[in-house]
Amino acid sequence: MGNAQTLERARAALGTLEHSVRDERDGLATLALSTATLGQALEALKTRAGFETPTLITAIDWLGTREPRFDVVHQLLSLAHNDRLRLVTPVAEDQRVPTATHLWPGAAYMERECYDMFGLVFEGHAGLKRLLMPEEYGWHPLRKDFPHQGIEPDRIYREWDRKRRAEWHPEEAR
Amino acid sequence: MGSLKPVQETDGGSFLATRIDELVNWGRKNSLWPMPLGLSCCGIELMAMIGPKFDISRFGAEAARFSPRQCDLLVVAGTLTWKMATAARLIYDQMPEPKWVIAMGVCSSSGGMYDSYAVVQGVDSILPVDVYVPGCPPRPDAVIDAILKLQKKIEREHPLARLLGGTTLADERGSGQLTHQPNGAVPKTKFDLHPHDPRARR
Repeated sequence: MGNAQTLERARAALGTLEHSVRDERDGLATLALSTATLGQALEALKTRAGFETPTLITAIDWLGTREPRFDVVHQLLSLAHNDRLRLVTPVAEDQRVPTATHLWPGAAYMERECYDMFGLVFEGHAGLKRLLMPEEYGWHPLRKDFPHQGIEPDRIYREWDRKRRAEWHPEEAR
Repeated sequence: MGSLKPVQETDGGSFLATRIDELVNWGRKNSLWPMPLGLSCCGIELMAMIGPKFDISRFGAEAARFSPRQCDLLVVAGTLTWKMATAARLIYDQMPEPKWVIAMGVCSSSGGMYDSYAVVQGVDSILPVDVYVPGCPPRPDAVIDAILKLQKKIEREHPLARLLGGTTLADERGSGQLTHQPNGAVPKTKFDLHPHDPRARR
């Protein structure tokens, strides 16, 4: 059940797909991929390497540290083999990421959160809209250049309030 | 009971003399109907307060209803996010006059530890708050204390003068001026002014 066996199984499933093995500090078996190969790799890992469950889909913002700016991280779990695999895919800000929803419908929520928080667009996702923030909110809060106190957090409420007051109390409209 | 005093006993029975203001206030303050807006862990303490151990029915405020149309006391119990703010304001607007607001816990009083883009930094930026309750979450007895303080505040109101003073419905809809500043002072509204104050008239 060690990492070597996990990697061996995963790499066998990937076959000729371009990938590289990464040494991670936490010791989890990790493969680095590219956006071009990610879609095929996910399918191969599910069908041929027995990774039935995506436990995590998220992103990391490396603003100012390196280019491309983002890493999309998939963590897969194999219940049959009792092991986990991490896939790291560098993505630029304007690049699209292949979706995993056709393989695992449960990935939809995680990809929506990733889109909401980082602004990464998942290609092929059927209902890609914001999960936590209001739909009209124009920013992506987990990006490194977003101030933690927010940018106009009350804008949507104020707009709603102004409209409501104009409708209900037109005599007070300023 | 304020100045509700028996005046005279006749053979037919007894009667009380008081001012209408006092009678109305006495009725209002002892039959508050809370609208529980339980947004996070404060909601659990609120339930404990209504339950048998702390028993808010001793103070006449146990009739929690989940329709704002039946309530006159909005208890904002927990972290109010900006996404929820429109719903909270709508609930407040749907409550009939007269109505009061308790900001329960530090989150609703000032944003608390959530110094963040998602959280309203004090519900007083969208609602006119009457009593603030500190604590994270506050104990049920602290909220009972807030209700007693609110009762004291209701005692000082002038419902009859407000009625005769010719205030319109628009005056009575609650806070007209909203503060934007985090932790800003409670806005002075028409609702807070004495009805004889010329600023309270339209």
